[in-house]
Amino acid sequence: MSRQRASGRLLLLSLLAALLFSLAPVPASLQPLRPFWLALVLCYWLLEAPEMVGLGIAFITGVVADLIFGSLIGEHAMRLTIFAFIILRFRARLRFFPLTQQALAVLVLLFNDRVVSLMIRGVIGEAWPPASFWIAPVVGAFLWPWLFLLLDDLRLKLRGSPG
Amino acid sequence: MTLPGSTSTTALFAEGGAGTLRLLVYLALALVLMVLDHRGGYLSEVRRLAGFAAEPLYWVAATPGRLVGAARKSVADRSELTAQNAELRERLMVTTAQLGRLQAVQRENQRLRQLLDGAEAQRLDVQLVGIADVDLDPFRHRVLLDQGSLRGIRSGQALIDANGVVGQVIDVTPLNATAMLISDPSHAVPVRVVRSGVRSIAFGTGRVDQLRLPNLPPSADVQVGDELVTSGFGGIFPAGLALGKVVSIGPDDTNLFVEAEVEPAARLDRSGELLLVWNTPADESGPPEAPPATPEAEPVGKNAEERP
Repeated sequence: MSRQRASGRLLLLSLLAALLFSLAPVPASLQPLRPFWLALVLCYWLLEAPEMVGLGIAFITGVVADLIFGSLIGEHAMRLTIFAFIILRFRARLRFFPLTQQALAVLVLLFNDRVVSLMIRGVIGEAWPPASFWIAPVVGAFLWPWLFLLLDDLRLKLRGSPG
Repeated sequence: MTLPGSTSTTALFAEGGAGTLRLLVYLALALVLMVLDHRGGYLSEVRRLAGFAAEPLYWVAATPGRLVGAARKSVADRSELTAQNAELRERLMVTTAQLGRLQAVQRENQRLRQLLDGAEAQRLDVQLVGIADVDLDPFRHRVLLDQGSLRGIRSGQALIDANGVVGQVIDVTPLNATAMLISDPSHAVPVRVVRSGVRSIAFGTGRVDQLRLPNLPPSADVQVGDELVTSGFGGIFPAGLALGKVVSIGPDDTNLFVEAEVEPAARLDRSGELLLVWNTPADESGPPEAPPATPEAEPVGKNAEERP
């Protein structure tokens, strides 16, 4: 039970860290490189602990992100819900991919997320974003293996320690 | 897995658990939220409360930037500081001199207006605000200000920096406010060409270093190098604030009109502190529908000394 709770705490912490990383100021030239941290972190938890994280958590995380980022309420919620849904659908396969292949899958998913975001922007009537809009998914895919290893390590340590 | 059988079956069907029905429900929910937020602004109260809750997050996120700033300040060389001090003093003197002249012009302006029995002169009020060191979505031209409605900030106030117009406040929570930059594609500023007096509207392009004056008639007296100032129509931007300079002119896609590219005067990408400006006696209630009747008069005349 306490293991479950420790995992839950790690989940919350990692999501919080993802939010902070998305807000932390960086030089303007690096801004387009900023990956979609929330999606990456959620992706890990969806793959490894689907009994804790599902569409509901993805949705709620999205709404919180919308409130904090000042975007249209529901935008991140929709993006993350779609993201989570696809991961859950292919979870059985994704889980047993080697990390590099997983990174490729994450790349595709993040691109898909950009397309969803573009659609939402289109409906609201915002302009077509510049080409650098498409860099972030690549950065995200490159970061994926490291993030995965880091979170996995933390989680396994927590699982071992509280006993 | 060490889980008992019942949960392992649910794990097996987790894919089914995240079924299409649940997806649809959540998507519908997200859609409803978006429509409510976009169309009606029904969620402004929620946003207001969330602003309070998000404040510590913003604070934490801005900490690295603050630390770097503090470190730089403590390490800054004495001679560097002296040089900066001297430069600032000089600039202050020049500015004060210009300000004195401007005030004289303003007084004269007001007197003339009274003589003409014209519209009541508007007093220009300013307030200094800082940009919170927090990056919002880089593909949206928004910045977060570190003051909110508790400090008297209202939606619709104009933002300028030392060089020119930066944007306007669009959303206010008690502790923070969000401003839209003039480079946002959905932003427009009524402008006037200083040299010829031609009026137009400058639209954002989504690029920080470029604005656009679309649909100018080919006969319009606009040239490369023309300075643009706000015209004061629309009531949000006080008249006479510097906006930018025309850098190129060319036919638009239809070949019927001319389109001018404008380089904004303000440094939109990075500036730490901004000024909020607003006209006091003008109607107080948010963005007004009808433009206040100010025929070609500038309460603050930045261009007054630029005229030959």
